Amino acid sequence: MLLIHCPYCEDTLPELEFTYAGEAHIARPADPSALSDEEWRDFLFIRTNARGPHYERWRHIGCGRFFNALRDTVSDRFLMTYKAGEARPTLTNEAAE
Amino acid sequence: MTNQKHQFDASPVVVEDLAPALRLSLRVKPAHRATLGQALGLDLPARVGACKVAGGTEALCLGPDEWLITAPEGTDLATPARAVYATAPHSLVDISDREITLRLSGPAVLDLLAACCPRNVAAMPVGSAARTVFDSATVILWRDGPTDFRMDIWRSFVPHVRSLLSQVQGEIAAGL
Repeated sequence: MLLIHCPYCEDTLPELEFTYAGEAHIARPADPSALSDEEWRDFLFIRTNARGPHYERWRHIGCGRFFNALRDTVSDRFLMTYKAGEARPTLTNEAAE
Repeated sequence: MTNQKHQFDASPVVVEDLAPALRLSLRVKPAHRATLGQALGLDLPARVGACKVAGGTEALCLGPDEWLITAPEGTDLATPARAVYATAPHSLVDISDREITLRLSGPAVLDLLAACCPRNVAAMPVGSAARTVFDSATVILWRDGPTDFRMDIWRSFVPHVRSLLSQVQGEIAAGL
């Protein structure tokens, strides 16, 4: 079972207490009606589908909070987790190893 | 002569229902935590999982802006909270009837919980609590003593949780 670190509880807990919630850092358009069909399609459906480090959202049942995680989609290893609203951290070599 | 063995030992796990109590869900921004704590007459803990008891009223921090307050039935906490509403906007909802509290105790209680809780319950400090899952049902688990727990279960999940508990109790009693 995966162990995930919740940045709000500051505890590393089993995967069953967490829910995956899609890719992170997808900003909602400020003025949706100004978007073209292609831009709207990209916002709704087009995702990175990364092979390797992937920024994604998770929710912890314990504290009821969404947070962001950086997970390697090849090894399924969590490289880091951080609170929602924080800027996308740059991937350093130590985190990737 | 019949040699019948009697089991006089105390039961390895005791599961009992607790009397209904007042349960309130409090949502307030962390900036107003102190104001509301003062109004309710207890210090609202800031760390997730921490509990504070003051005069029969217990506050458990469930999330960064969420607390569960339990008190004996009939305690009036809504009036003092309403008095500070203008300075500290919050949501205080009576959820007394939403859950049923079970008390789990006995020397084998950790085995019982480990059968259905993915969290490492044995590592929970005494006096702390957590919202966790019990075989996919969301429950709140308090650790009142080394082998003494309280578990809040949503009403509709209770039959499922109870049947699992009795099944595991049977396995523990059989020495499995």
